[in-house]
Amino acid sequence: MTTSTPMGFGRMHRKEDARFIRGRGQYVDDVQLPGMLHGAILRSPHAHARILSVDTSAAEALPGVKAVITGETLAGLGLAWMPTLSKDVQAVLATDKVRFQGQEVAFVVAEDRYIARDALELIEVDYEPLPSVIDARTALAEAAPVIRDDLDGKKDNHIFDWEAGDRAHTEAIFERAEVRVSQDMLYPRVHPAPLETCGALADFDKVTGKLTVWCPTQAPHAHRTLYAMVAGLPEHKIRVISPDIGGGFGGKVGIYPGYVCAIVGSIVTGKPVKWMEDRSENLMSTAFARDYHMTGEIAATQDGRVQAIRVKVLADHGAFNGTAQPTKFPAGFFHVFSGSYDIETAHCEVTGVYSNKAPGGVAYACSFRITEAVYLVERLMDVLAYELGMDPAELRMKNLLRADQFPYTSPTGWEYDSGDYPRTLALAMEMAGYDKLRAEQAERRANGDRRLMGIGLSFFTEAVGAGPRKHMDILGLGMADGAELRVHPTGKAVLRVSCQSQGQGHETTFAQIVAEELGISPDDVDVVHGDTDQTPFGLGTYGSRSTPVSGAAAAMVTRKVRDRAKLVASAMLEVAPDDLEWTKGRWSVKGDPKHGATIQEIALASHGAVELPEGVEGHLDATCVYNPPNLTYPFGAYICVVDVDPDTGQVDVRRFIAVDDCGVRINPMIVEGQIHGGLADGIGMALMQLMAFDEDGNHLGASFMDYLLPTAVECPSWELGETVTPSPHHPIGAKGVGESATVGSPAAVVNAVLDALKPYGIRHADMPLTPSNVWRAIQGRPIRTDLAIT
Amino acid sequence: MQITVTVNDQPYTREVEPRLLLVHFLRDELGLTGTHWGCDTSNCGACVVQIDAVPVKSCTMLAVMADGHHVTTVEGLEKNGELDPVQKGFTECHGLQCGFCTPGMMLTARWLLDNNPDPDESEIREAISGQLCRCTGYENIVRSVRWAAEHTCTPEVSA
Ligand code: FES
Ligand code: FES
Repeated sequence: MTTSTPMGFGRMHRKEDARFIRGRGQYVDDVQLPGMLHGAILRSPHAHARILSVDTSAAEALPGVKAVITGETLAGLGLAWMPTLSKDVQAVLATDKVRFQGQEVAFVVAEDRYIARDALELIEVDYEPLPSVIDARTALAEAAPVIRDDLDGKKDNHIFDWEAGDRAHTEAIFERAEVRVSQDMLYPRVHPAPLETCGALADFDKVTGKLTVWCPTQAPHAHRTLYAMVAGLPEHKIRVISPDIGGGFGGKVGIYPGYVCAIVGSIVTGKPVKWMEDRSENLMSTAFARDYHMTGEIAATQDGRVQAIRVKVLADHGAFNGTAQPTKFPAGFFHVFSGSYDIETAHCEVTGVYSNKAPGGVAYACSFRITEAVYLVERLMDVLAYELGMDPAELRMKNLLRADQFPYTSPTGWEYDSGDYPRTLALAMEMAGYDKLRAEQAERRANGDRRLMGIGLSFFTEAVGAGPRKHMDILGLGMADGAELRVHPTGKAVLRVSCQSQGQGHETTFAQIVAEELGISPDDVDVVHGDTDQTPFGLGTYGSRSTPVSGAAAAMVTRKVRDRAKLVASAMLEVAPDDLEWTKGRWSVKGDPKHGATIQEIALASHGAVELPEGVEGHLDATCVYNPPNLTYPFGAYICVVDVDPDTGQVDVRRFIAVDDCGVRINPMIVEGQIHGGLADGIGMALMQLMAFDEDGNHLGASFMDYLLPTAVECPSWELGETVTPSPHHPIGAKGVGESATVGSPAAVVNAVLDALKPYGIRHADMPLTPSNVWRAIQGRPIRTDLAIT
Repeated sequence: MQITVTVNDQPYTREVEPRLLLVHFLRDELGLTGTHWGCDTSNCGACVVQIDAVPVKSCTMLAVMADGHHVTTVEGLEKNGELDPVQKGFTECHGLQCGFCTPGMMLTARWLLDNNPDPDESEIREAISGQLCRCTGYENIVRSVRWAAEHTCTPEVSA
């Protein structure tokens, strides 16, 4: 690792580390305000039940309790329901019914967190349990109980039908295809489980009318606007501060009922109110991800040329449709499911349904459901290879898009910006020693080795950096991001951006972008983010959009400053602007490089007494809003090697090779770190992470004892490689990487395990491939991973 | 109940409720918010501190159980303005992203190096296997601890 600071892109230590390694980060629960009270939420023990009565008198009588807020209290304020990011509504505190286990029913405000919890025990709620919908496949049955009877005239659990691609063309190809393979698969419900849970500290100042909310949100500006819309508070009187965040991964995008309760609690008591959820609350009620029941089909020639792909999806959205995604796309970007292959035609149909589970859907580094899309196509490729008796690497190589096909328009209308896929796969195979691995596997099989070796591949294409205004908005808010740069008289700079880091290291990488464009040291650039009073508007950090959108804004705003600096330099040097040329950090006279001025000298002059040309305002400040012309399309090739013990079903990940192409890398150290984290996610999802329910809707993964996450001993030492294909339309050629590995890796792990199980004639088994599920599969017994079955 | 706990070499005497968790005592009573909290079931290790030089999950202990003991938190790793090699290693090798698991990871790493100054990769993985990190995929945490092992001039083996 290098320790010197580059004047722009390159490896450098993170600026934010200095506080974190000393324990001086400031996460929301670290913020203490004088007179602060603590909130706690009473939650439903039932998946579906009518609320007959709520008696809070004993709780209110407990010494130290300052307020007890119920759905009825909120209804009086018009706040019992709030809009979701998918234009549905969600109960803040239940009034009529509870619709999932863990749903918010009442909120206690007390002097300390222990008393608040004590008071929860004293609230009496009379419930009338109702039949529930837990298996999404029964949601549309005639006899299914109607979950959302709060919606006018709602008589079923249907949310939407959506399709993309060319149905007729796809059907025609399927009809005459030599080979057709179909596979049911479930991408089970998982939860991002950042190490820091969600919470909020609300402080309403009655005198000034100003509301300040500290909250670990990935989208502080969107939160501010939504609070203004929901609570009817004037937007300029709301300040959202997103302090250091202990991981987000998409789980900290939306507004949760607890946040609204903390705000109401502060308004009611006149004191700051902090609410922090515990881990069970986090796993039971905050946004889940996936829950896609998919039937995929692939059509090909006998020699392995893929011609068409189609899929039907049943999407379980939980009790309220709260997925955070661009309005036009109720299934997110799932329709990028033709993946990295040259496929003539494709068609998908997605049906969304309500169930008695927590709301959410896109909350786990999925780039708006591209995880599901990549998993689908990459599993189908392996299923096809299985049926054709072909090597999965050979099948992929044969069908990958070629470099000369870019820019490429996919059968469902995506415009892939750039790529050289075969080169990336070839590099991964070379790093893995693919042929040697296959030889080892053949030898072990021939020798009857008990331990089963498996090799799995996946190739993914992501579509990130949402997104162009004309196609993408969330609740009417366009998905652009702002940046503001001030260069002080001494040449030191402050960049203010609308996105917010949850560990991605923006304070470092964004300083590097300014440094690269302005030719100053990143040490001379401070990055301000996460405070709506201090930063320009923008939609925040999720779906790998910080670098593609905010990063572009940072580059463009710096170029504006550089252009202004050129005019100032021309006045200083008494030459026409056109006679100046830029070398990093300096404008100088063309053909006379000694005659010039550094950006620091120009900064001082711009604030000083030099006579400026007509129309040049002086100072080196600029603002910019970046509206991306297209998404960016990072991609990569992953290879996983596993050993499976057939007697116990235990899977050991022996090696994992990941070659990522995310375009230009601003700080390769940070890029690699993000990939490492995503690869661990892939192992977690493929092998252990699962939110299952019993038939009564009891959550079976509501703690870290049951919802298993990978530790250091389950993860191998990651082997990374890179190719660099810059994005042609992004100002610095970067594509974004935060979610790539989470999107691409689960399929590689699953493909590896199923490759190991091939001698047993097993073509597919659903995630998570826990020891018991692998063992069941080997025994030929059915596995249902989403429901508790014995 | 009145307790006296020595935290980072400084004694603190406080009146506490018997049920107060040590993690809350450190955070809320003493304002040492570098120790984090991340789960209800002693699985995550965000709360790890050292009690008498041994890593302990401070959410599994009551404050009163720490009476008379020595606690080291992340705030106590830096000595006389000099960072612990473990802290330097985490910066050098990008051993942290969001930083939430980092204090606990570093305190376990310090204990490991005190007892095994030259651990190999699997010993490091084993040592931190009771703690979760959701960001780094552990690779760079392992490298950070190795870095610290390689950059400790006079390894102090605790008695
Ligand atoms: S807070 Fe999770 S182990 Fe202590
Ligand atoms: S750095 Fe985020 S949990 Fe470890």
